[in-house]
Amino acid sequence: MARAPRPSTPAAPSASSVPAAGGGWQPSELQRQRLAYRRGRAVRSAVTAVLSTLVLLAVLIGAVTSSPGWPRVRETFFSWDKAKDSFPEVAAGLWLNIRVMLICAVVVVLLGLALAILRTLRGPVFFPLRMFAAAYTDLFRGLPLILVLLLLGFGVPALSLAGVSFQPVVVYGGAALVLTYSAYVAEVFRAGIESVHPSQRAAARSLGLSNAQALRYVVLPQAIRRVVPPLLNDFVSLQKDSGLISILGVIDAIRAAQISTATDFNYTPYIVAGFLFVCLTIPLTRLTDWVARRQGWYGTGGGAV
Amino acid sequence: MPFGQAPADGPLLSIRNLRKSFGTNLVLDEVSLDVDRGDCVVLIGASGSGKSTLLRCVNLLEVVDDGVITLDGVDVTDPRVDADRVRSRVGIVFQAFNLFPHLSVLANVTLSPVKVHGLPRAEAERRALAMLDRVGLSDKAAARPDELSGGQQQRVAIARALVNSPVLMLLDEVTSALDPELVGEVLSLLRELKDEGMTMLIATHEMGFARQVADTVCFLDGGRLLEVGPPAQLLADPQQPRTRQFLARIIEAGRL
Repeated sequence: MARAPRPSTPAAPSASSVPAAGGGWQPSELQRQRLAYRRGRAVRSAVTAVLSTLVLLAVLIGAVTSSPGWPRVRETFFSWDKAKDSFPEVAAGLWLNIRVMLICAVVVVLLGLALAILRTLRGPVFFPLRMFAAAYTDLFRGLPLILVLLLLGFGVPALSLAGVSFQPVVVYGGAALVLTYSAYVAEVFRAGIESVHPSQRAAARSLGLSNAQALRYVVLPQAIRRVVPPLLNDFVSLQKDSGLISILGVIDAIRAAQISTATDFNYTPYIVAGFLFVCLTIPLTRLTDWVARRQGWYGTGGGAV
Repeated sequence: MPFGQAPADGPLLSIRNLRKSFGTNLVLDEVSLDVDRGDCVVLIGASGSGKSTLLRCVNLLEVVDDGVITLDGVDVTDPRVDADRVRSRVGIVFQAFNLFPHLSVLANVTLSPVKVHGLPRAEAERRALAMLDRVGLSDKAAARPDELSGGQQQRVAIARALVNSPVLMLLDEVTSALDPELVGEVLSLLRELKDEGMTMLIATHEMGFARQVADTVCFLDGGRLLEVGPPAQLLADPQQPRTRQFLARIIEAGRL
């Protein structure tokens, strides 16, 4: 269907040097006054923001550095030499965190999706599977992650079971992360599946698609698109919780920092590790925001407000 | 009896004593209706009179409480019947279009031919493009549903239902969500379908359309089929007081 041409206001004769937009439209005197006013307000807002930020920073820095304990804080937490010393070990440990996170993320997505699908199955045959999925998510969402880590990391090796108990410790740590996070991610996927309107399933079934085909080709593609922002949020969380495997004795970024602090009670390596973790999660957080905004997650239909 | 080998005599669709309730709400009460091959049967009646539910029962989107629906000589209300198989031979178009928003127009139309009927993708796309051309939208094949106007979306939905060569088309208030100008483009498409011999069961509030195109008009009220007749008779000289009242309201609203 051809789109009707935009009704063009006759260009008022003016001395404006603004180049004519397509169709010879030039903003009216009134509109130019509005734009000028808005520009003025925008400049004023920016100046105010910069000034207030600078003043606040100056006050904070002044208050902190002039306080009596500051030299000791700086020496113990922010020692540049200690930071340089510990950086290689901490960074090497961080590489382990990254690998654990990436592998766990893949397993968590697959397992979470499988659990979510199990919970949506209908029919008496699937009752045990539905029950299992529900019990699984209830259990592992309720258990503190650190408890699962301790049970798997120390408990399972103590069983001395052939084939199970003699894995590297990091495997137990990863397994604990997977168990806990797949329960959360399963609920995110389930929410996504349930958010797809029943009429979509009806349309798919009415075309002759089976229940499984309707799920695979119509419901899941829409559900997964919708839950990408909350999923990414869970992965930001997984990324930092991968540091918890250090309690099992795995030398990750946090453990490496701890070892480094133990020699001289200088806690700068923790700051280094923390800084590196934040550097890792910030891009992922920004990605989450970007994806969310692209989907109109925030303020849909907000218009000018 | 396997599908496709049904006898060519007898009505294509036969509904006997159909009953359907949602909880305590009786939506269809002893409805009986025949639709012959090539016929266009129009269901009229107020919102909530059971028109949509009747269509959804025929397409097995609802499980009936009692009664028999026979399609092409096969009792489709038999629980042993392959519902997916039945649905793949009956096209339904919904009031709210229900296009798949994550798929392109072409993919919306090819989904069922490829996944249900096992057509090679190239063949399915050829048929889908021919069908989109048929509804005047072949230039929109690559577009997403939300880039189309309501009338265009509804025409895609009709193409999506038609591409499977259904023996029966069910149309559930397909113009109710459209503005008057777009209603015209959809109704003229339905008129062409009728001329090509498609069997159709249509729920609608478009009385003008019913008068011009329908072979039979059925008035549903409170889940019961109150009156059935040719449009010239039923719309001009209804026998039941309730039908007269309904039509009087429609005329008042300027829709007849």
